Amino acid sequence: MLEIRFHGRGGHGVKTAAIVLAEAFLKKGKHVQAFPEFGPERRGAPVRSFARISDEKITTHEPIANPNFVVVLDESLIGLPEITEGLSPKGILIINSGQEPEHFKKTFGGKVVAIDATRIAIDVIGKPIVNAVMLGALAGVIEENIFNELKEEVYSTLKSKDEKMAAANVKAMEIAYREIKK
Amino acid sequence: MNKNKIALTGAQAAAEAMRQINPDVVPAYPITPQTQIVESFAHFVADGKVETEMIRVESEHSAMSAAVGASAAGARVMTASSSQGILLMLEILPIASGLRLPIVMNVVNRAISAPINIHCDHSDSMACRDLGWVQIYSEDNQEVYDNTILAQKLAEKTELPVMVMQDGFITSHCVEEVEILDDEKVKRFVGEYNPETSLLKNNATFGALQLPDYNFETKKQQSDAIERAKIEFLKTGKELSKLTGREYNYFESYKLKDANYVVVSMNSSAGTVKSLIDKLRKKGKKVGLLKPVLFRPFPYSEIKAALKGKKIAVLDRSESFGANPPLFAEIKNSLFDINAKIQSYVYGIGGRELLEKDIENVFENLMKNKFEEKTRYVGLRE
Repeated sequence: MLEIRFHGRGGHGVKTAAIVLAEAFLKKGKHVQAFPEFGPERRGAPVRSFARISDEKITTHEPIANPNFVVVLDESLIGLPEITEGLSPKGILIINSGQEPEHFKKTFGGKVVAIDATRIAIDVIGKPIVNAVMLGALAGVIEENIFNELKEEVYSTLKSKDEKMAAANVKAMEIAYREIKK
Repeated sequence: MNKNKIALTGAQAAAEAMRQINPDVVPAYPITPQTQIVESFAHFVADGKVETEMIRVESEHSAMSAAVGASAAGARVMTASSSQGILLMLEILPIASGLRLPIVMNVVNRAISAPINIHCDHSDSMACRDLGWVQIYSEDNQEVYDNTILAQKLAEKTELPVMVMQDGFITSHCVEEVEILDDEKVKRFVGEYNPETSLLKNNATFGALQLPDYNFETKKQQSDAIERAKIEFLKTGKELSKLTGREYNYFESYKLKDANYVVVSMNSSAGTVKSLIDKLRKKGKKVGLLKPVLFRPFPYSEIKAALKGKKIAVLDRSESFGANPPLFAEIKNSLFDINAKIQSYVYGIGGRELLEKDIENVFENLMKNKFEEKTRYVGLRE
């Protein structure tokens, strides 16, 4: 079972990131769950979302306490204890940051991946919206080959709102994916 | 068999079933404590995907009143609510059942005030368990979808209103895969709604004054009707089973038959119990689950037969202040003459999370033969 936790701020599309990831894995025939942090939604406040991916039917409804991956959409959240809470030493922390991974040694002793998603988003999408970009980065880190399904899912989720923006998000995902794979 | 799997929240799964049922009227109060069910359904109405007349009323009291009026007029009526919304409907709920109106309501289980809390527990639907509505509880989003479709047919067959429950946030806001039937199949399954009696068809009178000369007999008929709903639930479930391949019973027995130690629990926590049972079974522990689905009418004798000889822990997600918690009370009632070993637990009040390790403790206490009269509390800080 893969368990993934996203951290960001209300309005960043943290909840959507988890849902899109689950939908992409569902297309691959996996069993999925995705849920936001329960409670009132507050723009700008630290928020979390969660996803479970499994080959077997998922019956448990307990909260995700020990994720394999933690994805941080906003670097300013680093330092909050909940960022690495429950993340096993074998887990991977993926941070939206222009810093080198070594910079986050104190935050997490395990593997850290840093990607400047905000720069990529501003360059390609024209706005600092990083949820899709970070999904591209995550696809580059996860063993399972999910990138194509993920791109399709991001595109189909966004295209009803704005087709150009949907295409730009996919392009930004590709850049992030390639940077990670490099 | 249809294999159209899509990712939906529990609220969306309920709305999707409602879209396929295409009710004539949906009265709903559109703001808090309303759920995403009505929000999603309102999209279907706005997009012309259903022919439903949606009535945006000024309160839940009005929502259920409009539902009663529309249903008495002969319309197929559905609605949804939660928490304080259900409580504001409370005055009208027994009118719906007393008038034998087959209204279907999706309930997202959430705590009731005070203190204000928007998270999951079962206090809201348990507060109306004795008002003549059939009550069906759902573990996951698939069950929410299936149970809503089943409920529609059951309601109309029995001329009784039905509530379909799911857990607030835990499933209502959680995306899971849900296998969706073809629209046409659902349409054929629920069929056309043609009530024998309605305001518009026969100029009938609904809700007339009934004094001591007849009221008792009417209430006895209502009692017989909900008793009959038990067998109709199974029959309707069998019909739905032909479309979905899934079973619909009074309760689900999970690894129950050879189990010595059994947890009884409803809605989403039953899934968490199953996940733990799988792990404990690998260690050779004889543990199982009984998950009640049909809570009203309550299947006493069937539950007794299933639980005979087992050591039992009942997990309630609501209190009955000053009395035994509601699910425990019913289970204990089922077993009154066989002197069963049974322990009451209350968990998850106001959205307190339930962890697998909490349930493991419950099983361990059963194995250590630790029973007491008092209710124990899971996950409570002391």
